[in-house]
Amino acid sequence: MNGLPRTQHIMASGVVAAIGVWVAYISYTQQPEGAFLFPRIISTVFACLAIWTFGKAILGKTKVGNGLSFEATRNILPGLVVAFVFVFWAAKSLGFYTASTIVFFILLSLYDPAPHNQPKTWIKRGIISIGFLAVMYSLFALLLNVFTPKEILF
Amino acid sequence: MYFGDVFTPFNFMLLLVGTIGGLILGATPGLSPTMAVALLIPFTFKLEPAQGLILLGAAYTSTVAGGAVSAILLKIPGAPANIATTLDGHTMAKNGQGAKALQLSFLSSAVGGVFGVLLLIFLTPMLAQWALAFGPSELFWLAILGVTVIGSLDSSSVVKGLLSGCIGLWLATIGFDDIMGAQRFIFHPSIAGGINVIPALIGLFAIPQVITMFAKGRRKLEAEVIKVEKHPIKDAFTEVFRRSRALTIGTLTGSIIGLIPGVGGQIAGLVAYDQSKKLSPERDKFGTGHSEGVIAAESANNAMVGPSLVPLLTLSIPGSPTAAVLLGGLLIHGIFPGSDLFDNHPDVAWTFINSMLIGQILMCVFGLYVAGLAARVAQVPNAVMAAVVLGLAVFGSYSVQNSMGDVYIMMALGTGMFALERFGFSAAPLVLGLILGPIAEANFIQGSMIANATSSVGHYFFTGTLNLVLISIVIASVGYSVWMELRSKRYTTKEDVIAQEETAT
Repeated sequence: MNGLPRTQHIMASGVVAAIGVWVAYISYTQQPEGAFLFPRIISTVFACLAIWTFGKAILGKTKVGNGLSFEATRNILPGLVVAFVFVFWAAKSLGFYTASTIVFFILLSLYDPAPHNQPKTWIKRGIISIGFLAVMYSLFALLLNVFTPKEILF
Repeated sequence: MYFGDVFTPFNFMLLLVGTIGGLILGATPGLSPTMAVALLIPFTFKLEPAQGLILLGAAYTSTVAGGAVSAILLKIPGAPANIATTLDGHTMAKNGQGAKALQLSFLSSAVGGVFGVLLLIFLTPMLAQWALAFGPSELFWLAILGVTVIGSLDSSSVVKGLLSGCIGLWLATIGFDDIMGAQRFIFHPSIAGGINVIPALIGLFAIPQVITMFAKGRRKLEAEVIKVEKHPIKDAFTEVFRRSRALTIGTLTGSIIGLIPGVGGQIAGLVAYDQSKKLSPERDKFGTGHSEGVIAAESANNAMVGPSLVPLLTLSIPGSPTAAVLLGGLLIHGIFPGSDLFDNHPDVAWTFINSMLIGQILMCVFGLYVAGLAARVAQVPNAVMAAVVLGLAVFGSYSVQNSMGDVYIMMALGTGMFALERFGFSAAPLVLGLILGPIAEANFIQGSMIANATSSVGHYFFTGTLNLVLISIVIASVGYSVWMELRSKRYTTKEDVIAQEETAT
């Protein structure tokens, strides 16, 4: 296992081990005891397995999991930021349909392999985004008549 | 029994929509049957329980079969269950036998699928009555069995699989304790009421896939759809039954594997392919576009669908991630599987099971016509697919309780699961832990109370034939997986497929 995945494995399994130990600590210290009986059993197993995994990662004996390459991280980050803004802010603040359409257009622009410098590409992306809005609105609002997050827009 | 209910106009329309939609979704690489069913759950909220299950069951059945379309025409398995189909199916398509490969695939899927559902029909009522013999200790061990079997068999690493199961069990304890009302692990207000299963399922299955699509960047899909020539369906019928050995091996292997909790469709397909190859006098032709390879793999992966629901419908123990999602679909309608389902809601149980039988036949009929369209849909760019799935995930998790808190939980769990998957952890045991956690805890507490009044906790939980059998299976599954891991002879898991894909690109 080369350097980068090993470091990543140590960090990832370290986080899991820390959570495992925290869960075990809470389970054994919080009251009432009866409410934490079952969590005590599972947290003991959880913490033991997590520490075992962490130890293996430190020793470089982790066999599975490729970690995240620099290229993959670079590709993921813009999309993930857009997804987080959509979920944690835009869907509620702008309204589900408005936010979904904007996010759809942004994601399409970020990841569509078509060249950015051609007007045809942008027109196509715009039409697909509007089509997406039409399908979503027809399906959820008109056909299924279900609630979606609504705020300043729709 | 309740066979006519499947044919009411609305129910039959749902069956058709689920089947055709499932075939198209199944052909789309990255949209696994589990994820497709999870994303469909919110669409069932306004339906009657039986109607909702018809839609979900049809989607489950046909996504498994639909995955063969992209496996044959694009050399990209629509789902892990179709990996074995690629081996001979795509070669057949390249040799100008694409239509024949598709016909063989759908016909053998239907034969395997019908056999699997018949097994479900005969085994389920019997086992559901037997389930009445299960007390709190047995149900506790059964829940633990569900998590450990899937944790040890469905992951590339036994320890990480079991650890994923523990994380799921812990997540299930978040919120207020049912008996004492104590707060447990509430570190944010949005989880005060506990983690709702449906948003969690959507997040754990859909969001990692969305991020995986992001990871591919602006890469263009290189695969081209192979054009198919016309092929008489009569000849395909003759071929399927002429290759009865491969069909029988595939059907039986899939059915048996389906009954084992935790063992997925990809294993059924690969084992059936391997066994057919070993027992065939034409074994040298396997891998060169041999029809037996397609028949064995496809009959197996669909034969496992029906039996994979037996543990769920009889014992409330979902044996697979998709069964776990279906359990979520039942629970939102207040229906608990097991004897309660068959005694108090026989109309729901039998309409659902019968619809799966009819769905297999519809899947075969429509599969042949929808294949071309499905293959085109499979070429939809990653960006579009990621945005659509993200939108559906937000809509689905919000609509459970009209709460943004559920959406936040969905996104947080999904992003965390993506990170964990990159380091060898697996979503399936985590999901089973989350779903079976409350069952395990409730029965553990109930069992402890009985034990305190009668004997000791150790005596109550560790004696009795059923308890010992279940404990033995837990130990055997973990032991077997460790042994296989030490010998480096584990079968292909989802993580292996991801690793292979990354190596290939």
